[in-house]
Amino acid sequence: MFSSPSADTWPGPLRPVAALGHASLEMVQALGRFGRFFAQAIGYIVVPPFKVGRLIDRIHFIGFRSLTIVILTGAFTGMVLGLQIFLTLSRFGSEAYLGPAVALSLIRELGPVLCAVFVTGLAGSALTAEIGIMKITEQIDALQVMALNPVRYLVVPAIVAGVITFPLLVSIFDMVGIFGGYLVGVELLGLSPGTYFGEMKTFVDLSDLMTGYWKAVSFGIIVPWVCTYKGFNCGNGAEGVARATTQAVVLSSVLILVWDYFLGSVLP
Amino acid sequence: MIRVQGLFKRFGEQAVLRGLDLDIATGEIMVVIGRSGGGKSVLLKHLIGLLRPDAGAVIVDGTDITRLRGRDLDRVRERYGVVFQGGALFDSMSVSDNVAFPLREKSRLGAAEIRGRVDEKLQQVGLAGMGHKDPAEISGGMRKRVAIARALVTEPEIVFFDEPTTGLDPILVNTIHHLILELHRKFRFTAIMVSHEIPEIFEIADRVAMLHEGAIVEVGPPDAVRASTNPVVQQFIRGDIEAVPAEARR
Repeated sequence: MFSSPSADTWPGPLRPVAALGHASLEMVQALGRFGRFFAQAIGYIVVPPFKVGRLIDRIHFIGFRSLTIVILTGAFTGMVLGLQIFLTLSRFGSEAYLGPAVALSLIRELGPVLCAVFVTGLAGSALTAEIGIMKITEQIDALQVMALNPVRYLVVPAIVAGVITFPLLVSIFDMVGIFGGYLVGVELLGLSPGTYFGEMKTFVDLSDLMTGYWKAVSFGIIVPWVCTYKGFNCGNGAEGVARATTQAVVLSSVLILVWDYFLGSVLP
Repeated sequence: MIRVQGLFKRFGEQAVLRGLDLDIATGEIMVVIGRSGGGKSVLLKHLIGLLRPDAGAVIVDGTDITRLRGRDLDRVRERYGVVFQGGALFDSMSVSDNVAFPLREKSRLGAAEIRGRVDEKLQQVGLAGMGHKDPAEISGGMRKRVAIARALVTEPEIVFFDEPTTGLDPILVNTIHHLILELHRKFRFTAIMVSHEIPEIFEIADRVAMLHEGAIVEVGPPDAVRASTNPVVQQFIRGDIEAVPAEARR
């Protein structure tokens, strides 16, 4: 690997430039490691043997264990949207559009993004901590000396489970959110149920659903990728695991928002 | 036969191994002793292919494993069993699942046969009936014994022990040593053990190698090492705290 001399070895006036160069090189190297880690995982996805038992375990770990928080946050997101959009639309006498406004907000944008952020906080952080602890207690070394590839065993099932579970969790989040908007708009604020759901059928089409789906799939790759990478590269001791977990949640959340903007501007 | 030739390893500015040479004969118990932080575990990690040296070779039955990668290295590792310092048991699995794990992942044995082998190994390490417990529920000594059972369940030809008795009381230290000796007599594997349990380790070793400042400074049968005139060896064996003259160290 390329290594640059320390900035301290440069003459005084050039040190800030050298430090900047040093930091840039380190960042490029880190990005390279991050990308190579993903490429390695993708390689093992298509090459047998497949760890089906591990995949089922990871679907349970990422998907089933996140269900409660997804339902809870989905319901309140929908209720908040229902309330705020109703109050806004009522100023223009357009309350009839509450259903499609709630549905489109959730399906295209808030469902995938909020769901991914909540799952990152719950399952993603746990994934980083679990792999980090396995690393510092030599469990990953143990896998290697048993001739088992740790990336195949720990990363691939998490990424595949993310691709499977994220769209399902987002669908549940969207449905519960739309129902939350219904509770507020129809049951609390008096909009007719036919208007709420009828207008939704008119304005929400397949391309909206597919936009949400592709976002969910890509977040299902990003979150396990980042969280397992941080676990594999954590520092020593409890402090190293704690730092890696924080970094995993922050980096995943930032990447979710950046990628969301990118997909939002590319997809119809 | 394992032959370590001119092994060099540096971490940043610190040279941990400095041209280390060591031969380990098939079927013997070789114990590597030396001060904490002296590079014993680093040597072991080179032997099992977890670290790559800056220079030198680790030749296992004629193959230099430092040049192997992927499937080729895995084929060598399939002949290994490793007992890690902390046990390295998988927290998410019960004791019996930990022991069964290498068989489930790497062998074609059926569930009943695996169960039979696991029960047999747990019995051999004195943990019959403890298979349902989680690693967190058992004592440090028991965890070491589970780790030994897991390392031996695939009937490996070469077994590495990284300080298998660290942190245990003197009775447990002797129990684990006798267990290793008994299992070695039974299965005749080559054992490479890193330890600083002096003088207990002399009772079970066929040969002892003293690692000091990145190189082997003494190697031979326990009695020969005990009788060594090398002041570094004598200081370590006696546990003296006075400094050894620098010129006498190499």
